[in-house]
Amino acid sequence: MSESWLAIVFFFIFITATLFITYWAARKTKTTAHFYAAGGGITGFQNGLALAGDYMSAASFLGIAGLVALNGFDGLIYSTGWLVGWPIILFLIAEPLRNLGKYTFADVVAYRLQQKPVRIAAVIGTLVVVLTYLIGQMVGAGTLIKLLFGLDYVVAVVIVGAVMMTYVLFGGMIATTWVQIIKACLLLGGAVLMAIWVLSKFNFNPTSLFAKAAEINGKGVLEPGTKVVTGAWDAVSLGLALMFGTAGLPHILMRFYTVPDATQARKSVVWATIWIGLFYLITFILGFGSMVLVGKEGILAAGGGGNMAAPLLAKALGGPLLFGFICAVAFATILAVVAGLTLSGAAALSHDLWVSTIKGGHASEEEQLKVARIASIILGICAILLGIAFQGQNVAYMVGLTFSIAASANFPALMLAIFWRRLTTAGAVCSILFGAIGTVVLIYLGPTVQLDLLKNMDAPNQWWFFPLKNPCLFTMTGAFLVGIVVSLIKPERASEEGFAEMEQRATLGVITKAQPAE
Amino acid sequence: MRANAALIEAIGRDPHFQTLVRRRTRFALALTALTLIIYFGYIAIVAFAPQWLGVPIGGGMTLGIPIGLLVIIAAFVLTALYVHRANTQYDALTRQILEEIK
Repeated sequence: MSESWLAIVFFFIFITATLFITYWAARKTKTTAHFYAAGGGITGFQNGLALAGDYMSAASFLGIAGLVALNGFDGLIYSTGWLVGWPIILFLIAEPLRNLGKYTFADVVAYRLQQKPVRIAAVIGTLVVVLTYLIGQMVGAGTLIKLLFGLDYVVAVVIVGAVMMTYVLFGGMIATTWVQIIKACLLLGGAVLMAIWVLSKFNFNPTSLFAKAAEINGKGVLEPGTKVVTGAWDAVSLGLALMFGTAGLPHILMRFYTVPDATQARKSVVWATIWIGLFYLITFILGFGSMVLVGKEGILAAGGGGNMAAPLLAKALGGPLLFGFICAVAFATILAVVAGLTLSGAAALSHDLWVSTIKGGHASEEEQLKVARIASIILGICAILLGIAFQGQNVAYMVGLTFSIAASANFPALMLAIFWRRLTTAGAVCSILFGAIGTVVLIYLGPTVQLDLLKNMDAPNQWWFFPLKNPCLFTMTGAFLVGIVVSLIKPERASEEGFAEMEQRATLGVITKAQPAE
Repeated sequence: MRANAALIEAIGRDPHFQTLVRRRTRFALALTALTLIIYFGYIAIVAFAPQWLGVPIGGGMTLGIPIGLLVIIAAFVLTALYVHRANTQYDALTRQILEEIK
């Protein structure tokens, strides 16, 4: 298999380069500020690339390309939803988050509330999102690597886990950021090259490409179908999850602490939006390109449920060399995303749970770093075990689940904390728990788990059956309502009194040296 | 206490600060609303009237593709609007307020 060989060579070049970066980063990682936030020394442009890297997971590169290649237009629904989440982060979240927090989004939610209960709830919200996302990525990694390199599933999952742990453990946020930046450049570069190559076969006219696709597969590929969206309310609910989920992803929120100030945080989102928007436009071209040049049968025959659309297109265009390169990039993508996820989970466990809750905010730098590293190892091992446990399962719904939980558990609490004076500790805790637990329960009682996974065909007739695939419509609005109602029932004076100071800091940044970051 | 109470009170009374918070909040919420309207307008068509997006518009294209692209372009435009205002007005006001309390 000469193709596998080339892919493996490219992949080893990537691993070697990133391990050198990790070595360099490890020597600079001396404090918790370096470990969690790269010492705040990343520029807006660099962070924008890294954010784009965090966001362009294998699910969005291989998944959306495959979705478009098999279903045409429907793939665009995901792309647009995932893109419009970014302006929301820019308008409402990026700058206050940077000004108010230190390492995690719980810093902001707990700012004027009682630390312990809020942080514990936020850790639960963070871990549920991180672990469900990790399952999707690890299973995707194992399956893909098996397809691309011919490696055994378990071996692939262990390699991904081990390399990712090396980045996080030794290089912390500095290494994770640079791995993301390199990967984002490789991914964007590879995708742009392929898109130009595809378009060159159609006189650089995208409409000829679409026309050709419609000629082969029927006009249906250019209009909304039934594959992605199964019902009107499901579409709305999915839209909400895609749009607001981004603003509740802990590994995305955490990236805003790597830049020095709010202006750079703003710049980060602008660059991220540009790269991600460009990337989704390109993915749309790649999907249609694969539909025409590879063909639906070829994509399905390769296995992986459409995920091979982009790599196969690479093979059709540039032969084994481009195929190997794109496979290696896909592998690098998974690696970088799981590193970011693990780091954000480790920050929640060590900064929010250990230091702020158990040790009451008092722990030495050495102890904090040690705990953060132990937490990274625990999460890395969890990721490997979950990847193995879910082997062979259809985990496509995991991405939707992750975005639903993020939009329901983390986003409402964050919004209320920043903008609503009367939020109370109990309100924030109940909102987060309602969002996290409610989403998991409703997905379990819904068609994805009952019909697709458990094959419980009688379920729709039961009283407890929840008809929507995506519960975000109810759980996100519910989480807002719960937060508001619980806060109104029993006001908290300390929280209301702290609002003025919080608003000033959110708007202006740290005003004087007299304000410590904690 | 995080910062001294007199300073918080002084900034709270500063008309520049009040203007900044009011303007920024209002503009951010307006842009958020606009983003929501555009995106959910699009989702509503996908959900409730998908046949509209299948209308052919010549050259083998359907109406759905330019509309989908417009949503993406709208996201860029709204981002640019916010950033332009933040870089000019809000940053200047912030600097002014920080100067005053020095």
